[in-house]
Amino acid sequence: MKIGILAVQGAFIEHEAQITSIAARSVDQIECIQIRQRKDLEDLDGIILPGGESTVQGKLLRDLDLFDDLQKLILQGLPTLATCAGLILLARTLENDPVKHLATLPVTVQRNAYGRQLGSFTVSSDVGDINDFPLVFIRAPYITSAGPETKILTTVDHHIVGVEYKNQIGLAFHPEMTRDTRIHEYFLRKVKSWCSCLQCTG
Amino acid sequence: MSQTQYELNKGLAQMLKGGVIMDVTTPEQAKIAEAAGACAVMALERIPADIRAAGGVSRMSDPKMIKGIQEAVSIPVMAKCRIGHFVEAQILEAVEIDYIDESEVLSPADDIYHIDKRQFKVPFVCGARDLGEALRRINEGAAMIRTKGEPGTGDVVQAVRHMRKMNAEIRKIAALSEDELYEEAKQIQVPFDLISFVHDNGRLPVVNFAAGGVATPADAALMMQLGAEGVFVGSGIFKSGDPAKRAAAIVQAVTNYQDAKLIASLSEDLGEAMVGINPNEIKIIMEERGI
Repeated sequence: MKIGILAVQGAFIEHEAQITSIAARSVDQIECIQIRQRKDLEDLDGIILPGGESTVQGKLLRDLDLFDDLQKLILQGLPTLATCAGLILLARTLENDPVKHLATLPVTVQRNAYGRQLGSFTVSSDVGDINDFPLVFIRAPYITSAGPETKILTTVDHHIVGVEYKNQIGLAFHPEMTRDTRIHEYFLRKVKSWCSCLQCTG
Repeated sequence: MSQTQYELNKGLAQMLKGGVIMDVTTPEQAKIAEAAGACAVMALERIPADIRAAGGVSRMSDPKMIKGIQEAVSIPVMAKCRIGHFVEAQILEAVEIDYIDESEVLSPADDIYHIDKRQFKVPFVCGARDLGEALRRINEGAAMIRTKGEPGTGDVVQAVRHMRKMNAEIRKIAALSEDELYEEAKQIQVPFDLISFVHDNGRLPVVNFAAGGVATPADAALMMQLGAEGVFVGSGIFKSGDPAKRAAAIVQAVTNYQDAKLIASLSEDLGEAMVGINPNEIKIIMEERGI
């Protein structure tokens, strides 16, 4: 499996470390590459959109001519794991903001929903079928509304902070900032079933 | 500061990696910087080149001006306080700044002690010329490090020197045997546990950016190739002919710092770069402040 990590700006090394640590103990062949230019998008089986600044990442996606191809791949069903700024890139709409980016995930997201850095926090919660996952929120967004087909994975204080829609997982928090690899393992299982599904349909 | 808060503060620096933090003096400049792709802005009344020209005592900026910049942009806003001036730091924390730069660019308020940064909830970034300075600042509670360089000169030579020195020292410590680390901790005047972390991991325990004298996309890419995790650009942008274009070019050069072809095209038609001054032409050596 070939996993691409968007590496235009932000905490992409941390995601790579999670995937590499899973790969080291996995029977599957898992390769990880950094995406900085359009040519890096070839032959991917899954993609990770990391945390960072969404304004910067959104601009660089366009400036580096990555935007259209990436959007097309996600709409075709390429498994996608997006955290924090990544969630903002995927959101169909942003609260009180005319800007939108890839707009492939039917949710509305409020940026900087918890305020400035002094509002950053950690909490433990269940994420889908994963129990007691450490959630790290850094100048984080949350989801103010989600489309009917969107599965809600987790909420904190009645705000949605994790969703799944088709092959896209959107999280307001940072699983890559913990030593817990369960969310990345879940994502890789989705990638694996997507790969085998592609093979059976030829 | 609790350990959890410290981890969150180090985490914010991790989110800034691969990005460019730009000095701005007005909300308008902050908007230009954000639109050009800055991952954060540093709000200050005068950029280092002007501080150098004006002389005198240079202090924390007016909180009203900082608030104006906070309202103008959605990206993190940083601000500088004087070395050792913990009340300026308290004020910046009270206005909910995202990061405080305890900076040698301003006139030091204390010639012996740095701020006890562990007493604050808000994160701090500090300048360093070598590994000893970096680890001493981290021991005091800094959640991010940058090279000092020589601010306001448009001359990248000191930033290069500091980054090379720090990385050479890290490589040396990584190669030492365990029992040699105690002596090394004594020599560079830092706690053993921090030396031990560097030895085991081959890097600083926090994010390390380049700062001081970066003026062109090539300068920024040079610092990234030398191992910086991101870049501060101070006077280099708003002292140049076409700030918006130069800022955007530096942002792209930091992302694709190994692609010379792309950096060549980014370097075309940027207008006039800031006028540089050589270190032997300047009177105030800021890098010697706070060691």
